Amino acid sequence: MITPTHYMLLSAALFLIGVTGVLVRRNLIVIFMSIELILNAVNINLVAYSQQLQNAIGQVFAVFVIAVAAAEAAVGLGIILAFYRNKETINIDEMNTMRW
Amino acid sequence: MADGLNMGEAIAFYVLAAFILGFAVLVVTARNTVHCVLFLVANFLFVAALYVLLGAQFLAVIQVLVYAGGIVVLYLFVVMLVNLKRPPEAHKDPRRRSGLGFALAAIVLVQVGAIAVWGARGARPPASAAPAVPALGNTEQIGWLLYTDYLIPFEVASILLLVAMIGAIVLTKKEI
Repeated sequence: MITPTHYMLLSAALFLIGVTGVLVRRNLIVIFMSIELILNAVNINLVAYSQQLQNAIGQVFAVFVIAVAAAEAAVGLGIILAFYRNKETINIDEMNTMRW
Repeated sequence: MADGLNMGEAIAFYVLAAFILGFAVLVVTARNTVHCVLFLVANFLFVAALYVLLGAQFLAVIQVLVYAGGIVVLYLFVVMLVNLKRPPEAHKDPRRRSGLGFALAAIVLVQVGAIAVWGARGARPPASAAPAVPALGNTEQIGWLLYTDYLIPFEVASILLLVAMIGAIVLTKKEI
């Protein structure tokens, strides 16, 4: 029997993989993809509870999360392109101009 | 019967979970960024299958259309625009690649042919005793909620998308 706990564990594992990707990788595009993994983990949680409670509100919120993810991808990839045009790299270790 | 159904659900869940987590790990660990993007597509497709398992068909379709079809293509464009590290010698053996391409094309052709033959035969037994249509379908339910209780967030999300579109255009202009 698959309970919401199983879906929560799957979601948590996916979330942790995404966080690991954000922390470990130095490639800006891979970091953005890890953020997409994190948002997917959130969506799985929302949909699992939507099914458990027999209530479509969780799926409505998942739709909003997808819309925000699309906006984030568009703006983030625009930033990546602008950064690449200036620095000829997408390594985030080079992104330290505004650090201090 | 219920036990069999639960068993099937459990098997489907564990298989999908294994694929989702495996492809997520591959996204994070793959060296080549293009491979990362392709693993991400696979991950999104399996998440969509999980949504179907959860009875959220509308969200599964949106996942395939928006994530696997839209966002990932955007990523792929940026990877292709940015990725100048790979030396051109990587393509020095075009024959092997074309062989792989022909093999993939042949597989797709066989699949399409099988679907065409299967569809033309059309003698699939009708699903006897189809379950009664629920009062509100999944899509209809979500649409109802979006246009009644969540109308304001819906409009805000549309404005967010408009702002993101303008922002992306401004960011990628030449002088900034």
